[in-house]
Amino acid sequence: MRQAIPLAAAAVLALAAAPAAWAQAKSAAEGIAEYREMLADGNPAELYEAKGEEVWKTPDGPNKVSLEKCDLGKGPGVVKGVFVELPRYFADTGRMQDLESRLVTCMVTLQGFKAEDIVNDAFRKDEKGDVEAMATWIAGQSRGMRFNLPQGHAQERDFYDMGKKAFFYRGGTHDFSCASCHGQDGKRIRLQDLPNLTGNPGDGIGFAAWPAYRVGNGQMWGMQHRLNDCYRQQRFPYPGYISEVTIALATYMGVNAKGALSVAPALKR
Amino acid sequence: MKRRTIALTVAAATLAAAGCAGMKAGDDGAAFKKMMQSSFSDKGIAKVDRLVQDEGQAACSSDQPPTEAVARRIEAQALATMQWPAGGNYIGDWKAGEKLAQSGKGMTWSDNSVDPATNGGNCYNCHQITSAEISYGTIGPSLWNYGKLRGVKNLNDPAAAPVIQYTWGKIWNSKAYAACSNMPRFGDHKLLNQDQIRDLMALLLDPNSPVNQ
Repeated sequence: MRQAIPLAAAAVLALAAAPAAWAQAKSAAEGIAEYREMLADGNPAELYEAKGEEVWKTPDGPNKVSLEKCDLGKGPGVVKGVFVELPRYFADTGRMQDLESRLVTCMVTLQGFKAEDIVNDAFRKDEKGDVEAMATWIAGQSRGMRFNLPQGHAQERDFYDMGKKAFFYRGGTHDFSCASCHGQDGKRIRLQDLPNLTGNPGDGIGFAAWPAYRVGNGQMWGMQHRLNDCYRQQRFPYPGYISEVTIALATYMGVNAKGALSVAPALKR
Repeated sequence: MKRRTIALTVAAATLAAAGCAGMKAGDDGAAFKKMMQSSFSDKGIAKVDRLVQDEGQAACSSDQPPTEAVARRIEAQALATMQWPAGGNYIGDWKAGEKLAQSGKGMTWSDNSVDPATNGGNCYNCHQITSAEISYGTIGPSLWNYGKLRGVKNLNDPAAAPVIQYTWGKIWNSKAYAACSNMPRFGDHKLLNQDQIRDLMALLLDPNSPVNQ
């Protein structure tokens, strides 16, 4: 509420000094900023973080064990700091994995779930919902840390290159690629600012913001869900959950974000 | 399943033929092809054949633009296949055009129909158009006062013909004027039909449209 008076003053000044359309745009943008600030006092993502921690620690699956021995890259059970170093290469699976893909691996190997069942779940439902909640909690355990994805293994470098190719790959009915929206600085779709993901877009922006709670639809989305909906809007066919193209894109964006501060789980429009 | 296999084979052939701009020397792109084929599947109206690139899409799929020669060839081909409106009737109803410009609907896997009549134009996602709509994108240039700035006072004046034709062409197939334009090929790719494009034309060019006030 402290902001109410300066905002009103700004609106009056704007109305006096500028054409009506500009004044409306200014006050609308300020209104949105104020709305976000109010919401940031209590990010509903916290509820999913709490759920994610509980899921992680609770015995589940055919084997009735917890995931507390899951190795997310820094040894069994370590959750702090793993998020800002994923995706990475895992020797035991011989594959590049992001956080959600790695959680699925642990649910299969430790708990006895079937990977295809989780892959085929709807977003936010059943075991996939559990993966997303855990990803939200684990991302939060790296809040304030800086992205530093490893690029030492050949597959890590290959996935960066393939992710870059996928990022610029035009196709579909509309000729869109990821770069159509996220290849330039300072652009918008409607009023939504678009981060330029071909480089480091800054602290807490782009790759450094997901998982995020979306105020517009009241939903908690992981990075997999975010990429899936990008491809829907690109008018592409359906990218499989934790499919290689999603891991490659995450590697490209994550390496580009080197040094950016993670604010995940963030609050989004 | 059979249809998908065929489509993917075509996709693979296209990828190989296009040489995937931006690829490292000696890299035949086999790993990338395999990744794309294994990662995507059909969903609703969005089939995997959407990954098959034409020459223009392939040439504009890296952080480097195509060579001048390739760009000019793509533009010339787009211009040669342009469809001009039936009966030379370019202008429809700007009110219907405004509704189309507002709608971003169409052609995703969550849409049910590929009939252009069910699609929107997506225009405000990327362009400023009327001054009343403040929620507009900035990927494309502002179109506010589009006709007025180009001196269109009377749609029947022969002097207005070149800008009217160019505008139709830009909406029908933007690649005729810029090989790697970010703008979809609304007519050429059957995203909008001729009547819908006439309505968008009116929104931009009709002296009575709010765009030109």
